[in-house]
Amino acid sequence: MDVEIIQPGLATTVQDRGRTGYYHLGIPQGGALDQYSYELGNALVGNLDGEAALECTYMGPEIRAHGRCLVAVTGASVEVRVNDDVVPQWTSFTMETDDVLSFGIISEGARFYIAFGGGVDVPEVLGSRSTYPIGRLGGVEGRQLDDGDRISIAGTGAGEVGAEIPEELRPTFPKDLTVRIITGLYDHLLTEKGRRNLLEEEWSLTPVADRMGMRFEGPGVEWKEREQPFGAGSDPSNIVDAGYAVGSIQIPGGTQPIILHRDAVSAGGYAMVGTVISADMDAVGRAAPGTVVHFSDVTMDEALEARRKRGEALRTAIDSLR
Amino acid sequence: MSNQITIPDNARYTFGGDEFLLVEIDEAMSLEANMRAVAIARALQDRDVDGVVEICPANASLLIRCDPDVIHPHDLRSLVQELEEEAKAGGPTTLDTRIIEIPVWYQDEYTDAVVRKYREGYHQDPSGTDVDYAAAINGLSDADEFVRRHHEQPWMVTMVGFVAGLPFMFQLADPDKQMEVPKYLSPRPAGTPALTVGHGGAFGVIYSVEGAGGYQMIGIAAGPIFDPEQRLSHFEESMLFFRHGDIVKFTPIDGDEYRRLRQQVEDGTFEYRTVPVQFDSGQAVEDREGYNRTLMEALDGR
Repeated sequence: MDVEIIQPGLATTVQDRGRTGYYHLGIPQGGALDQYSYELGNALVGNLDGEAALECTYMGPEIRAHGRCLVAVTGASVEVRVNDDVVPQWTSFTMETDDVLSFGIISEGARFYIAFGGGVDVPEVLGSRSTYPIGRLGGVEGRQLDDGDRISIAGTGAGEVGAEIPEELRPTFPKDLTVRIITGLYDHLLTEKGRRNLLEEEWSLTPVADRMGMRFEGPGVEWKEREQPFGAGSDPSNIVDAGYAVGSIQIPGGTQPIILHRDAVSAGGYAMVGTVISADMDAVGRAAPGTVVHFSDVTMDEALEARRKRGEALRTAIDSLR
Repeated sequence: MSNQITIPDNARYTFGGDEFLLVEIDEAMSLEANMRAVAIARALQDRDVDGVVEICPANASLLIRCDPDVIHPHDLRSLVQELEEEAKAGGPTTLDTRIIEIPVWYQDEYTDAVVRKYREGYHQDPSGTDVDYAAAINGLSDADEFVRRHHEQPWMVTMVGFVAGLPFMFQLADPDKQMEVPKYLSPRPAGTPALTVGHGGAFGVIYSVEGAGGYQMIGIAAGPIFDPEQRLSHFEESMLFFRHGDIVKFTPIDGDEYRRLRQQVEDGTFEYRTVPVQFDSGQAVEDREGYNRTLMEALDGR
């Protein structure tokens, strides 16, 4: 069967677990920013193999079904409607031919996911169906969805209707968020005061926040004065262009920290001062502008323990459906 | 030996969260640092280690991504440190690579329109063009001399990245002839044409897609370097043209030649002139200009 995009919403793209193996050529990881919600959407419709779903940012699309499909909406809190009826989030439901799926205003969070039984059936490019708009590849013609797009869904609509992720296993969307980081990379270029500002002050997420990066405002940081190494460029926050860790924090000019997310550039010449631990990347992807963030410095052992717990939480939530 | 560059005895190891390891060979750029990064990257590739997900050699550093569920980041660090020792003991690196001729229309009308748009508030010297500024800051007589220096010696692709297939190129010229240019004070938010040849810090780039950019705009290349539809023959195996270690020789062309080559791109008949070469980093740093002549002769079939 397929679905028709009546209107696409603000920035709706096809995403999955992302692609690896091409980062050294400047092709980013991509994939759903909130992997936890994406995976649970898939699990609710019986997809357990990284099938592609739709990621919707801030404003959702309007979608008409042509055929029968099994659907679930997870992630940011939003009113979900099929025709004129409100249906619950985090719960699987079916759509029949000519049913129209639409959304209200997001009440918390930034991104929600629409999973279809069988997954969104677009061609795999470099091992993934994720959309990379800058490189015009993946997803639907390498771009955000548009009016009139017809997208094929691989499933038959079979599967359990009413499967539900229990409330306590769903993510939360705090207005005040602690993001755990490992300081390092080029943090030695910060002054003591710069480092204290980063770790002790509040940083507020600005509206300049997308799949590439999330820009924060706050007190700024200070860089040490130094003689710049050959090839680095003239600003003290410049380095000889190097690979960027996904989740790393850079502070061009020392004013606004940017967390690089899954579609970020793979390399560049701005010093990174730390990196969000893998367990907290979903939470960063969920944060809406205005969210106040505290960066908390953790050890490698703490990061690996958090990663283990995050994996366990996801498995528990998926197992709850059996 | 006067033009040999000394890099630090030991690389600096630092983690990017629980998945990334950054190995900084040197804070400063040099061919020597890049060759060390390449040697370690290749050795790691050859080991085929479980849990190593990405190996990204960069200009003077190396970024490695691992799956910490498979390999502990500290174990990865120990392994790479062993490979670093082997690389040091191994002597100069040789690379089986290719030399590619890249036709460039310098100071072309497309980038010039964008140069004119982003002056006040963006550029250090709003009074002239980017090439005028690049010439002045390097103490050269005029824009023509900058352009001549830009294409008379070959460059090496020392990193691919930023966005899809974008090459960072380093001048294989003598260190005292390498040209350094600051990036824009504030990057252009959009509009840098695809295939713009840029210069920032010590690096040349060719923008693979249209978009934002902070490098000084020098000219525009005629041939594509990123082709997601894989239309041209050079893209049969990969949508990305450049590889780490590619050697680039720029050739100046005028507007007419540029338009003729663009028509070939349209018709699907465009081909780059490329010749396989073995690059020997030992010889290259011993006599840079002499070795560069050898490389360029290979391209000319001599």
